Amino acid sequence: MMQRMASFEKIRDARDGAIVVATYTSAFEWRRVDPDPLNFVSVGAMGQASSHGLGLAIGLPEQKVIVLDGDGSLLMNMSTLTTIANEAPDNLVHFVIENGSYEANGGHPIPSQGRMDFAGMARAAGYAHAATYEGLNQFAADLPELLSRPGPVFAALKVEAGDAPPLDYDYDWLHSADRRREFRKAVKPLLKD
Amino acid sequence: MAMPKGPRGQDIIAAIKQAGVRHVCALPDITTSAGLLWPLSEDSELRLIRLSKEDEGVSICAALDYCEKRSVLLMQQTGLMDSLNNIRAVGCDYEQPVCMIVGLLGKEPDRAPTASDSFGVRIIEPVLDAMEIDHILIEGPEDVASLPPAIDRAYENSSPMVALIGRRVEP
Repeated sequence: MMQRMASFEKIRDARDGAIVVATYTSAFEWRRVDPDPLNFVSVGAMGQASSHGLGLAIGLPEQKVIVLDGDGSLLMNMSTLTTIANEAPDNLVHFVIENGSYEANGGHPIPSQGRMDFAGMARAAGYAHAATYEGLNQFAADLPELLSRPGPVFAALKVEAGDAPPLDYDYDWLHSADRRREFRKAVKPLLKD
Repeated sequence: MAMPKGPRGQDIIAAIKQAGVRHVCALPDITTSAGLLWPLSEDSELRLIRLSKEDEGVSICAALDYCEKRSVLLMQQTGLMDSLNNIRAVGCDYEQPVCMIVGLLGKEPDRAPTASDSFGVRIIEPVLDAMEIDHILIEGPEDVASLPPAIDRAYENSSPMVALIGRRVEP
């Protein structure tokens, strides 16, 4: 098992200007690891991070888009796997942070905790590449290739639940329409005529 | 007595293009399938994104707007109901423009939606009113003209909009 913050630090170091779409606990932790105007927070309707990521990947085909999904979140929008595979955006990398629990809602286990093969599901749906990582060293070694190979790429990162320092769950910050306006402003220079 | 005519699919396609739409997210709906979804799936000026579930389309349309690309989400009213939480979040709370074209499956062609025998049809406009979502009703060919300004309004106000299709779309 990896520590989530450590895996995020690796992604931050390899990010190279990518848009990062994060959700719920991942969004709070990602904000702490790498505050950046090109961070998009997908909340409000659980499970939609990958769908936002797909829309951004279609709208900005020359821009790398990284999704930091949750395992509980993906379970709530599993249909996204076939939609993404069908669209086949080569600029989309879909990470699922697999801690086996609904951490922001009391730490209850997800259904099929420890038995679900998320990468297997993505592979079966038709992603170009899918893998599972339990160790940080292997993930760090493979990360440059995960981010550079044609997508859609999927990787399940098995992390320890609740390993991070206590988070400040600032939901007013997270849910504000201002967050969306800030992201819109940040994306503007990336748009082509 | 002859049944009243439904809108023409080519007119709806022309209307969304007039409003600058180039991306369509869709799940099939029998009200719009033959007259609208099949023709637009073959239209080279439109990119069709086939969804596995309707609420994905709410997020995809909102994300495309950040890229300054206009889109519509085509679905049945059952999909609209299934997507209400995401519409509430993305469209209403976060003030994103999400334009939806919604076929009213089971609506009688000669009746208003609120007068339908179908509970699923009858509640749609009151639900949209409760959510303070702009909506228009397209019953016949003459109603299609209201679609481009409704899409423009949604993008100008950064808010959701629903165009209800009250009769089967004709090829």
